[in-house]
Amino acid sequence: MKEATFAAALLNPDSPPPPGLQRPDGLPAPKRFAVYRNNVVVGLVEALQIGFPAIRKLVGPEFFKAMAGEFVRQHPPQSRIMMFYGAAFPAFLSSFAPVAAYPYLPDVARLEQALRESYHAADATPIAPEILSTIPEATLLAARFNLAPALRLIRSAWPVHAIWHANMDGGPPPAAGPQDVLILRPDFDPRPHLLPRGGGVFIANLLAGTTLAEAVEASPDLDLPAVLALMLDGRALIGMQP
Amino acid sequence: MRDLTQPTLPDGPGVGYKPQHFTDIISDETPVRWLEIHAENYMGDGGRPLAQLRHLAERFPISVHGVGLSIGGSTALDEDHLARLKTLCDWLHPASFSEHLAWSTHDGAYFNDLLPLPYTDRTVGHVADHVDRVQDVLGRRMLLENPSSYLRFAESEMSEVDFLTEVARRTGCGLLLDVNNVFISGTNLGFTPQAFIDAFPMDLVGEIHLGGHDEDSDETGALLLIDSHGKPVTDPVWALYAATIAKAGPKPTLIEWDNDVPDWPVLAAELTRAAAILDPVR
Repeated sequence: MKEATFAAALLNPDSPPPPGLQRPDGLPAPKRFAVYRNNVVVGLVEALQIGFPAIRKLVGPEFFKAMAGEFVRQHPPQSRIMMFYGAAFPAFLSSFAPVAAYPYLPDVARLEQALRESYHAADATPIAPEILSTIPEATLLAARFNLAPALRLIRSAWPVHAIWHANMDGGPPPAAGPQDVLILRPDFDPRPHLLPRGGGVFIANLLAGTTLAEAVEASPDLDLPAVLALMLDGRALIGMQP
Repeated sequence: MRDLTQPTLPDGPGVGYKPQHFTDIISDETPVRWLEIHAENYMGDGGRPLAQLRHLAERFPISVHGVGLSIGGSTALDEDHLARLKTLCDWLHPASFSEHLAWSTHDGAYFNDLLPLPYTDRTVGHVADHVDRVQDVLGRRMLLENPSSYLRFAESEMSEVDFLTEVARRTGCGLLLDVNNVFISGTNLGFTPQAFIDAFPMDLVGEIHLGGHDEDSDETGALLLIDSHGKPVTDPVWALYAATIAKAGPKPTLIEWDNDVPDWPVLAAELTRAAAILDPVR
């Protein structure tokens, strides 16, 4: 009996159990093989339930279970690090016909995946705000900043922060419109923050390695004090190249 | 700070670490003597999991238990995964490293489950090569755990005890004896659990696992036990454990509870029950 035969039958519910698997009396063991098949699918679906609680809430637990079962059969993990399993789930949601009427789901899933990445990202020591306040403005504007490894930016045409907040934190019902979300992890718990106007373009520029001045220039309607206050509070600035 | 120069698990009760028990474990008058972690849960770059682990490792001997190496597979080990394990073991200096006699990957896909293999001369060779490779890379002796089985392979040529003993003979590895798995496999495959224990090479056992199982049945109505790690250890498994300790002497003994994880007092009661069996022979 080849591993390949066993492996293929695990993910295909319609395929017969592989030959050569027996009960103690030597007879074929379909129900016993089904234990492995069930363990694999249930275990992977549970990993997605843990990773995507807002999606589960949005579509309902029964629908989620069925949809996640489809996903795990099409996209079994390619890594043994299960805490990141589901990176392909947002793209799957974009093309899964039964949820075509809910086009915001992929971005909500991206937000949830980014929260998990942030949780496990490397630790970093932020620049102390009192040090930053001693640096002349011209020097700050000409500098490039290193952002915390746990920082994540999600830009969406949908009110993705409001949708997440309403489902996970009891926030008010979302209103239509695009939202940019900044995930910050000041200590160990990542939090998604709704970025004030212009914040998405600004952070995207900093992440791409522009100077502070270039990032400000790229975002004419930016509320810079609000975004900087958010970043300092979230310990997002960890280094600076003058 | 514990003594890093003595890298062995104590012959007392340990528990599979769950983050929700962190406060109980570090603050309570607890019966727990050591902790086991699943290696793959600590392969992130930082954050709370690694911070907690650094903290716990200053107070308790740690056993690193891998679930993703696929040692029982027919193809070469994943060297990237092995390197991640080495990184973990190099900074953590665990008291033990163990993995399973099982496979979990094929053709790039990871099944997140412990899958069975036939016991043949050919598979003994694969498994021994893989154990050699793990021990070479990690620079330490590993323990190999007996699986829970639901079916047998027509092509198997030897018993599980003979298979494990032969792998240990070829590689110098130790064995992790999961007494609950012995009970499950014995029930499901029709051998006597006590006979398995009688035949097992106890001098090679570096650790014992205990956990709960579920009851199901196959298509003929025959009892089929499922390794669920979601319930207390059953009385027959406690009896088999007591017989094991009577034969083997005291061994580091882990309570595994991975699903429907209870509040700490429930786990503490299981640890106390294990200690009551271990203490008289220590």
